Amino acid sequence: MNAPGAAATMDRLAAHLRRRARWRWPETLFWLAILTLIFALPSRAGIINEVLIAGLFALSLDLILGLAGIVSLGHAAFLGLGAYSAAILASKGLAEPMLGLAFGAAVAALAGLMTAPLLLRGGDLTRLMVTLGVSLMLGELANRLDWLTGGADGLNFSIGKLLGRFPIDFTGQRNAALYSFAVLFVLFVIARRLARSPFGLALAAIRENRLRADALGIGAGRRIVAIYTVAAAYAGAAGALLAETTQIASLDLFDFHRSADVMLMLIIGSAGYLYGGLIGAAAFIVLRDVISAATPEYWEFWIGLALIILVLAGRERVAAAPRRLIALIAPRAAERGAA
Amino acid sequence: MLTILLDGVAYGMLLFVLACGLSVTLGLMNFINLAHGAFAMVGGYVTALLMNREGVPFLLTLPAAFLVPAILGVVLERTLYRRLYGASPLDQVLFTIGLMLVAMPVAAYLLGDEPQQVHLPAWLDGRVEFHGVGVGIYRLFTIGVCGAIAAALQIFLIKTRFGAQLRAAVDDARVAQGLGIDVDRIFAIAFAVGSGLAGLGGALAADVVGGIDPSFPVKFLVTFLIVAAIGGSNGIMGALFGSLMLGVLDVAGKYYVPSIGAFIIYAVMVVTLIVRPQGLFTRGEGR
Repeated sequence: MNAPGAAATMDRLAAHLRRRARWRWPETLFWLAILTLIFALPSRAGIINEVLIAGLFALSLDLILGLAGIVSLGHAAFLGLGAYSAAILASKGLAEPMLGLAFGAAVAALAGLMTAPLLLRGGDLTRLMVTLGVSLMLGELANRLDWLTGGADGLNFSIGKLLGRFPIDFTGQRNAALYSFAVLFVLFVIARRLARSPFGLALAAIRENRLRADALGIGAGRRIVAIYTVAAAYAGAAGALLAETTQIASLDLFDFHRSADVMLMLIIGSAGYLYGGLIGAAAFIVLRDVISAATPEYWEFWIGLALIILVLAGRERVAAAPRRLIALIAPRAAERGAA
Repeated sequence: MLTILLDGVAYGMLLFVLACGLSVTLGLMNFINLAHGAFAMVGGYVTALLMNREGVPFLLTLPAAFLVPAILGVVLERTLYRRLYGASPLDQVLFTIGLMLVAMPVAAYLLGDEPQQVHLPAWLDGRVEFHGVGVGIYRLFTIGVCGAIAAALQIFLIKTRFGAQLRAAVDDARVAQGLGIDVDRIFAIAFAVGSGLAGLGGALAADVVGGIDPSFPVKFLVTFLIVAAIGGSNGIMGALFGSLMLGVLDVAGKYYVPSIGAFIIYAVMVVTLIVRPQGLFTRGEGR
């Protein structure tokens, strides 16, 4: 291959990456709509905040499951770690929310970095079990270290005002929602950038065929460790937000059902395009509220039924439905979105 | 000391009966059945309800506790599970979590949230002394029954034609199919027996865990998975040793070092999976 040809190829590749990374109007609309909702429904700020945090948690799972194809049944480990880190920091007097957020994300990232090598061996089943085991161990640890974590009672603490001015406790639920929104948006932009970068393409190659990716010279191990660490930091940030806006960190954050729920959210919204987690989280929580208002005890039944139908009908086909809908409304946007 | 060891063995034996079906489905079809605990719950409910509402003696309820989940297992396998063989592990996990989520509220709706107690007959209650070592009679009974089941399964697998076919199918389903073995049918039967055994295990465990309630499948899901992961997917002995090890470690750990308690079994599982991802008691490199 001669030099000008190679340069032209590089240019074409760079142009392709830039085209993929461009923001599209439905996306802008999506974020504006959330912001409008926060201001339009102040009485629902609590549940909007919950959705935003769950969305961030699901986004973090999407980073490993959707981008790199790594399955996990123990993602709650990082949610819990982030929450407890922020809570412990705040209860020791460092109550500035942003500090707790950064600390929670950092601790979770460290844990992610340390446990990621466990994911490089074995198949999907091993990964499911190891991630589950790690989250259960951390939950047990939080239970045992009761002098630090409050044990089974959970850890109650009071949180400082955001930037020294805005309360984010129950007196400032709209502030809390805006805070979560800002964090989610910033982290989403970073995640979006990651997914559209050469690194993101390499992850897609690993997801589709790890053996072939390795043969092409894409070091799969290093990249899996990197994305797992990032995802852990995101989950830690979600946990810190959750703890700070509710002023409690409890053992149930490490529970199996947290890991399962976030997986369901992501699957409902469909994995791999980053918005799936946010949409799934909104659908999941709204659905839960509606169903549990009607039949408080049995909402699990309907979620379970939805899952069975979803799998039997084929996740891919269900996931393609919204894209086809967009194609009906705005053919050009959908075309570009799929490229 | 000996008491703890026996308690651990009894607990391990129970775990074996509860989880061996899971090992078999995992080994046969690489199928991850997270809803396995639901079958155990059904078995426990059958025993509890027959005893409490119909006054059937404990021993006579056990065959029913085996048969009802086994039949349920066949029906579900033929209608739903078989569609997912060869699907991605993620799909299997989602599907079986879905089944579990459906099973628990159904149980709560039909029978209520309160645990259904299994009251042991008088001759199984109490303790006996052996050279100064006190042992619960029910512990011995459990060890006896579960040990007999393990032995029967092992003999069945080694000596019978069906057992040989099953082992062939576990080793390599495609080649077995090519040799004219009806893997489909074998799997249905194995699934039924595994579900039935889970039910039997649920019935036997009901007293130990303080009654059967709708959250049973999720409470013990993790334990089952650990047994399957430690034992590996290759046959009965792996599952047996895995469950015994787990039972003894868990009971001894909770007794001697209560401060770290449940930590031990999770640590054992993670270490096992790191050192030998295919399970401790598996021959060769696995698949």
